[in-house]
Formats: sequence, C-alpha cells, structure tokens
Amino acid sequence: MELTVRIQRYDPEKDSAPHFENYKLENVNKTDRILDLLNRIKWEIDGGLTYRRSCTHGICGSDAVKINGRNRLACSVLVQDLKISKSTIQIEPIPALPLEKDLLVDMSSFFEKYEIVKPYLIPKDAPPERERYQTNEDAELLFESAKCIQCGSCSTSCPSLWVNENYIGPAAFLKAYRFIFDTRDDATAERLDLIDTTDGLWRCHTIFNCVEACPKEIDITWHISQLKKAALRREI
Amino acid sequence: MIHKYDVVIVGAGGAGLQAAIEIPTESSCAVLTKVFPTRSHTGTAQGGVSAALGNEEEDSWEWHAFDTVKGGDYLGDQDAIETMCKDAIRAIIELEHMGMPFNRTPEGKIAQRMFGGHTANFGKKPVRRACYSADRTGHVMLQTLYEQCIKNDVTFFSEFHVMDLIIRDGVCRGLVAIEIKTGEIHIFHAKAVMFATGGYGRVFQITSNAMAGTGDGFEMAYRNGVPLEDMEFVQFHPTGLWKLGILVSEAARGEGGILRNKDGERFMERYAPSIKDLAPRDMVSRAIFTEIKEGRGIEAPDGSFYVGLDLTHLGKELIEEKLPEITGFAKTYLGVDANEEWIPVQPTTHYAMGGIPTTIDAEVIVDENNTTMPGFYAAGECACVSVHGANRLGTNSLLDILVFGRRGGKKIAKFIVNADYPELPDDASAWTHETIERIRNNDNNVKMIDVRSKMQKTMMDTCSVFRVENTMKEGLQKIKELQEKYLLVGIDDKSKGFNTDLLEVAELGSLLNTAETIITCAINRKESRGAHSRDDYPKRDDTDWLKHSLIFATTGSTPDIRYKPVIIKQFEPKERVY
Repeated sequence: MELTVRIQRYDPEKDSAPHFENYKLENVNKTDRILDLLNRIKWEIDGGLTYRRSCTHGICGSDAVKINGRNRLACSVLVQDLKISKSTIQIEPIPALPLEKDLLVDMSSFFEKYEIVKPYLIPKDAPPERERYQTNEDAELLFESAKCIQCGSCSTSCPSLWVNENYIGPAAFLKAYRFIFDTRDDATAERLDLIDTTDGLWRCHTIFNCVEACPKEIDITWHISQLKKAALRREI
Repeated sequence: MIHKYDVVIVGAGGAGLQAAIEIPTESSCAVLTKVFPTRSHTGTAQGGVSAALGNEEEDSWEWHAFDTVKGGDYLGDQDAIETMCKDAIRAIIELEHMGMPFNRTPEGKIAQRMFGGHTANFGKKPVRRACYSADRTGHVMLQTLYEQCIKNDVTFFSEFHVMDLIIRDGVCRGLVAIEIKTGEIHIFHAKAVMFATGGYGRVFQITSNAMAGTGDGFEMAYRNGVPLEDMEFVQFHPTGLWKLGILVSEAARGEGGILRNKDGERFMERYAPSIKDLAPRDMVSRAIFTEIKEGRGIEAPDGSFYVGLDLTHLGKELIEEKLPEITGFAKTYLGVDANEEWIPVQPTTHYAMGGIPTTIDAEVIVDENNTTMPGFYAAGECACVSVHGANRLGTNSLLDILVFGRRGGKKIAKFIVNADYPELPDDASAWTHETIERIRNNDNNVKMIDVRSKMQKTMMDTCSVFRVENTMKEGLQKIKELQEKYLLVGIDDKSKGFNTDLLEVAELGSLLNTAETIITCAINRKESRGAHSRDDYPKRDDTDWLKHSLIFATTGSTPDIRYKPVIIKQFEPKERVY
C-alpha cells in the first residue's frame, strides 16, 4: 500500500522552530513496523532524519516516539495496529523533554529522576554464603515493575509532568516500587522519604496516561497506589 | 578535547558494567557507550544464565565444563572453561546479592531450567542448570549491573561513539571517540582500555542482534594490528522469528517446546536421538536447513520456508509465567497466538564465538605465542578467551560476561596501580579526522544502504550455516569490491550534532572489515567443526585443525593467518553425538 508519513523535523543548526515534512512511501506492508518506515525514509530518502533505535523488538527502550498522538515504541507498533486516516501516519518526538533534533529528545532529566530513588538494593545485613531465599510469590511481586525498559513513554505522557518539570514521575516510582517491595531490601523508609515529597507521589492523580502509554503493558498506576498506601500507613 | 582516566571501558553491556564495578573508587574510570547503558544488547538475552547450583537436581561444575567443551566441538580452551564453570556459582550468587530478581524454587532458592546441550553426568540426560527470570534474564541482569554502577558512582560517557584505538609500539595508550550530541572529537588518554563492545550480527541479513551490533570493537582492534581469533565460527540461533530474525529463546524448548516440520514430525529425534530439541544450536540450525532443503519446511505465502516451534501443549499458565516475552513477540510481529499455533521460526545470526584473543584475565593477546599487549583488555562477545570454542551453548554468554568482565576488571585494578600513563602521540586522532572528512566530503552518489544491503546478502548467501569453498570465494570477492565502494559512500546530513547519518557510514566500515575476516577464516578452515560446517569438508579433522586460527591485517590485500594450539586438559576430543 501507499502511505504518507508526516514527521516532525528540527535541526537546531538550521531551523528556528520544528516543522512537519511529509514522506510518501510505496510498497508498505501492513506488517511493517513504524521503525521500518523511519529506517526506509532515512536510508532511501533523507539520511538526515534523526532518531534513536537499537534492538528493534521493544526491549532496549530507545525508540519511544509519539505516533498518531500517542507515546509508543516505533519498533513495537505495526502499520496494521494503527487507525490510519487519509493514509497518513504522524510521528513526533515524545513530549515534555528538551528537543534535540528531529525525533530525538534530551533524556537526561528523565534519568536523573530515576537516580533520585536510590535504584539499587540496600540490604541491612551482610549477604549469606548462598542466595537469599525468597518465595516465588514475593519474587513475582517484583517482576512486573522489573519489566520497565526506561523508554520514557509513561513519564512524558503524564499531565503532572507537563505542568511541573520537577515531578519525579511514574518511571522512577516504578523503580522505587521494585526495591520497596523487595523482601531483600531494607531501605523502605529512606526511599519513601525521597518520593513522599511535594514533587513526589501525591502529584499522581491516577489519570492512567502512563498505563496507556507503557509498551510493556505495566499497570504503573497500580504500583504507584501501592507506594501511596505504604506512605500513608507509616504516617498513622 | 583530551581526557585522562586510569581506565576507559568501552561498552556498557554486562561485561563492561561488571568490569566497571571492580575498579576501586580511588582510581578514575570512564565507561564509554554509543547507546545509553540500559539500551545495551545484553538486555535482549532471554532464557537464562548457567551455573551448576544444583538447586533443582544434582549438578556439578565438571559436568558443566564437559558440556561446554563438547558443545564447542573441542575447540574451547579447557583451562578457561574450567575457570568459567567453577566461578559460575559465585557469579550467580553475587548477582542475587546485588538484587537480581530470579524465579524461585518452591523452597525459595534460585530456580533453574533445562537448556540446549546442558546435561547431567557427562551427557547422560538434560539437566536444570539455567538460572532465569522468566524470559527476561538479560534485561534484569543488565538492570541489576547498571544499578550497582549507580551505587558505585561510575562515570559514564553515554552516546560516545568510539572510532579508534591509540596503539603505538605495541602499547595501548587510549582511544578516540565522537561525542554524538555535539560531533566533537574526544581523546581519552588511559593506562588501560577495556573493550566490551559486543558482537557483529549486523554483518548478516537475518540477525537477532541489535542495530548497534556492528562489530566496531573487532574491527578497531584488527585495524590496529591485533589479530582476531576463530572468526569463522558464527552462531546461528535455530529459532529466530521467521523473516525478522528476532530471538525466540531456547528456553521455549527447555520448557518443553518442540520443533516440527510440515508433516508435524518432531524432526530433532532423527538428528539428536538422546536430547532431541535440546541439542546444541549449531546442530539444530543445520537440522532446520536440512529439513527445508529436503522439502519438509513449511511454505510461507511469500514462497520462503520456515519450521514450526510448537508450544501449544505447554498450557497457558506456564507460557504466561515463564515465556511471556517471546510469545508476546510472536503475537505482536506475526499475529501468532503461541497457545494455539506453532511459532514460525528460522535460524538467525546470533553470536560471535571468535573475537579479540585474550587470556583468562581479559588481557589481549597479540600473537600465536600468547604475548599480551600492555594496557589493552577485552571481555564479552568481542573477546575470544576461548570458552565457546566452535559453538557456544545457550546461557554461557551471560555467564562469560559476568566471569571474564569481573576478572578483567580485577586485573586492570591491579595493573593501574603501578603503571604510568604511556605517552600520547601527536597524531592520535588523525585516522578519525581523515575518516570523518572523507565521508563528509564524498559526493553522495554511492549510498550506504546499497553497500550495506549487498554485504548482508552476500554474507547470508555465501557464509551462513552451510559453507562451500567456491561460493565463499565469490563472496569474499564481492566483499572486497564493496570495501572499495565503501570509500566513496557519502551522506546527506552535513550537520555536526547527532549526525547519525555519518555514524552509520562509519559502522558500515566496521561491518565490512569484520565480514572480510569471517569469510577469509571460513575459506581457510578446511574441516567441519561446531558452527563451521563445510559441504566440501564434512568431517571434523583433529589431526590438522584442532587449533585456533588468528587472522592478522597486513599492508597487502591478503590477511595473514597463523595458529595457536587448543588447550586440552581433562577432556580428550571425542566424536560429538547427542
């Protein structure tokens, strides 16, 4: 089939502001990934088109972009997954982060927030000789949060971040959850102090944009609500 | 800009991060990576990491070592294999202590599953040795190691693309990199450089490898006079998602999945009667191609062929708990519900057994006498210790990066205490500047995509699972023509910052030179062993070929190939049957 891909372009060395360009592609298969279309445009039409990508199957988290208005991974969405009006697909960078070039944004503030929550295991005691025991049920409490690939789709889809750039955001909360609910970790109070703040947990208004945006289908709002409960309980 | 660090590590996958963790905080250490650390290819590993923990049933590191030797068709160095399999137990326990989330046994220990080629009691029956976290083992391992690096306050230079090593008079003195964001060239002056740069899968048309897997580390070492070891051994993973090559973990078969041909026959029973679908990857890949060649493949609507990976008998619960990611891929990319239908699969280029030769402490070896180069280290897929020999067993690559990344880190930590900074030459960044200028100034008549697609097709057609001399020679000739053409490739994007157009051309240079070493070594080795299978030399030949090949760049048009002996300890070469 024939498709028009409408892409936001911006080269800070040339352009004063972002603008859209249209690219007509022939012989598009309905099973092509959106990343395949971006690659075709870059390789066949304009080598200047700039975006991040690596694994091509939704595990490295490089290629989060806005596709037809929603944050998605370009490598995990096929043409047939989209409702396409007027044979046009629109692709923009994910919002709420500084634009660098074309579809590429500066992720540094996103990763700084991830570091706020002390994203590493903090056990009280020295480790035993063999592994620490953990029940499968306790391990399973972590698996969903541990699926996170830090693509930024959730945090940048959140209206709370749009209005307050200091908001810690769903991705970092998910990381905090992953340790707070790990039976092997002993820094719950310390971590809750870091997220139970003015820019923290309570700015989540359960809008569910993060859940809708997450390419790994993590129920992020549920995880945040568990953190809120934990924060509340300790105040009583 | 010139930076000075005691240690510079290139690559932030498992090996690079594990090495960085070992560098004491009083030394200065920088980790350079062309993708953000958690984007590294280690994250795509799925099924597990092996260690003879014996949590599910009796196991021993000697059995693991035997399986690794036999799986590698007796080409692996047995001292290195011993080191790895013994240390595996500590490595996994340490990961658990770092907080890696594992699946657990009913009593709470790390759970273990079966995997291809891993057996109990020297080949008697499959054994549960792969420690896992559903089918996201690499992902959570990469996350865990990165978490430890944050805890240790490791310095990262993220989105720095390394272009060249600075080696003069046989001493490594640092490296040259492009800061992707600005296009600025940086020189890193170092006492020790470690390459943990991953693989080269993108040399081939169908691959499970990330787009970042362009062989940069292999090529930079080779271009700077370091030989590459056993480059003819390329692993084709039997179960890549049809057409896309995306990995479908061997864990699917470890959990009971069965490969079937168009007649529904479990064909692996004919090729490996004892362990069937859990035979090593080289054997299963050959079996699949043989089935297809002999007319028992399943025909796709576009006329291509695949075989079926049958998980329909495993039950929804097991699939959701233990294989959610791969069944998700089948659904997303092919619209196949693995609970109901077979997953269409075909062999996909997966792993480099060969690479930069190293000692068991990751020191880079520069000749057939095991002479090491001061200041240069390598670990992980870009290195060849050699533990994988002619064919790597599944789960041993995650183990390799943990064990040898750590050993390299420890060795470097000792080395830098007494080492001085070697002098930096005036022309350190000359090659990088010339290369960038050439690409920028070329007319854009010869397109990167044209050269790259032809290379990938050539390698797939002439140097994949089954190989034969004449075809490979034609392939080599084509690669040489493409290398000439590459020098004319230009770009559209003339900006400085985030010039991914330019970087993709630079990566093509790495791919082409790596391809040349692979096919040259494949033509040279006149026997069939492990993943190197020659139609014209179908038998393994221990008399003439039980040796490692080392390919050296020369000033002429033909590389030089020399050899070094395989280290045999307790396991004498035997016929390899399963």
